[in-house]
Amino acid sequence: MTLVRALWMALVLALALPAQAQAQDFVPVPALTGHITDQAGMLSAEQRGQLEAVLTDYETKTGSQIAVLLVKTTAPEQIEQYSLRVAEAWKLGRKGVDDGVLLLVAPGNTAAMRRMRIESGRGVQGVLTDAQSKRILQDVIAPYFQKEAYYEGLVAGVGAIATLLNKEQFPAAPEVQAGTGQGQQQQGSMLIPLLIFGIIILFRMFGPKRSRLSRGGWGSGATGFILGSAMSGLGRGGGGGFGGGGGFSGGGGFSGGGGSFDGGGASGDW
Amino acid sequence: MTSTAQFTRWTQLFFAMIIATMLSGCGYNTFQTKDEATKAAWGEVVNQYQRRADLIPNLVNTVKGYAGHEKDTLEAVTKARAAATSFQITPEVLNDPAALAKFQQVQGDLSSALSRLMMVTEAYPNLKADAGFRDLQSQLEGTENRITVARKRYIDAVQEFNVQVRQFPTNLTAMMFGYKVKPSFTVENEKAISTAPAVNFGK
Repeated sequence: MTLVRALWMALVLALALPAQAQAQDFVPVPALTGHITDQAGMLSAEQRGQLEAVLTDYETKTGSQIAVLLVKTTAPEQIEQYSLRVAEAWKLGRKGVDDGVLLLVAPGNTAAMRRMRIESGRGVQGVLTDAQSKRILQDVIAPYFQKEAYYEGLVAGVGAIATLLNKEQFPAAPEVQAGTGQGQQQQGSMLIPLLIFGIIILFRMFGPKRSRLSRGGWGSGATGFILGSAMSGLGRGGGGGFGGGGGFSGGGGFSGGGGSFDGGGASGDW
Repeated sequence: MTSTAQFTRWTQLFFAMIIATMLSGCGYNTFQTKDEATKAAWGEVVNQYQRRADLIPNLVNTVKGYAGHEKDTLEAVTKARAAATSFQITPEVLNDPAALAKFQQVQGDLSSALSRLMMVTEAYPNLKADAGFRDLQSQLEGTENRITVARKRYIDAVQEFNVQVRQFPTNLTAMMFGYKVKPSFTVENEKAISTAPAVNFGK
């Protein structure tokens, strides 16, 4: 009996192994369950919830999908290869519009392999150019990460990406289902601070008088502002207003829209 | 008499149907699909190489502003770019291994000329701090990554096509219509990869 079972196991393994052998060495692509996937344990549950709310809100408003993935490491793959695999599997962005962006952070990578990357969908590359992506990584996110302020860095980075995407005239988001009037109001209250914050960042980035010394101090007030707004927005919406009754199509589920990627974007380090 | 005529018409229809199923069964349509897929993947490869070539004049000019006396390196890049852009390759040439090898060689020359230029720029702190140069550098980096991706997708597309050409029973169809195994990209610098790189931390 046991022998038969062992033989069966061996057969099943023999059949399964060749297919898996290639994938086994690499870090698997996590299942897409939300806009933010934290496998590195960089954020608290509360921070995840807030970032998720902001990103979901942005998708509902504009239709564009921005996702954040935090993994421990991408080794042995380069961050570029891993992030493209994730982007291809997740298919962020709408089909044909290709307005998806993936922000990947792998704190366990060596400096030579780069520890963060923005993978931009084909459609957003007109506004979110490789150069802009690099600037966001180096000038917006890296200063926060150096101080181990991961949440603030991600909020700032996502804000900068969203602000740039708004410069492009993408097709409008599909109509939100009925009965979400209140939900929309709440979403708006979170989106506007995000945009204001992004604009401030962009001004800082491209302003003529930018010195390295002054970079450290900026933005902390603005971060407090957006965090406060996001939190109050959540508070006002009540426990049920978000997720369950929020009216996201698919009952709170999140999946890629079929956007395609060509490897554009930038990698950076902190 | 009429029944015989009717019979032949039915037989004709019958055979037509058989041939139709055979055509789809023997993979003729799959060949068409996969052939088009390789062409599309190839178009992307050429597109990204072109994108890189378009970036180079700006890059060379920016470097000139700070490091004008690095003439040799700059000229090498300009020459390699000229060679790469003057080499035109069409989908038809794709079936020619020699032409593909040549294409790979001219683009590889440009890659190595570019990486030499990038190495030279390390010695110029002012150039490295220049915002325009930093932007160009990241555009170039992104484009190199796009090239890698496009090449990989082309290799995958060709592989699928070639499997179809060699596998039974579709290899019979391939023989009948004269479809041949397509050449693909190979590792450009096998020698360079097999020798360990010299690491110099002293800068």
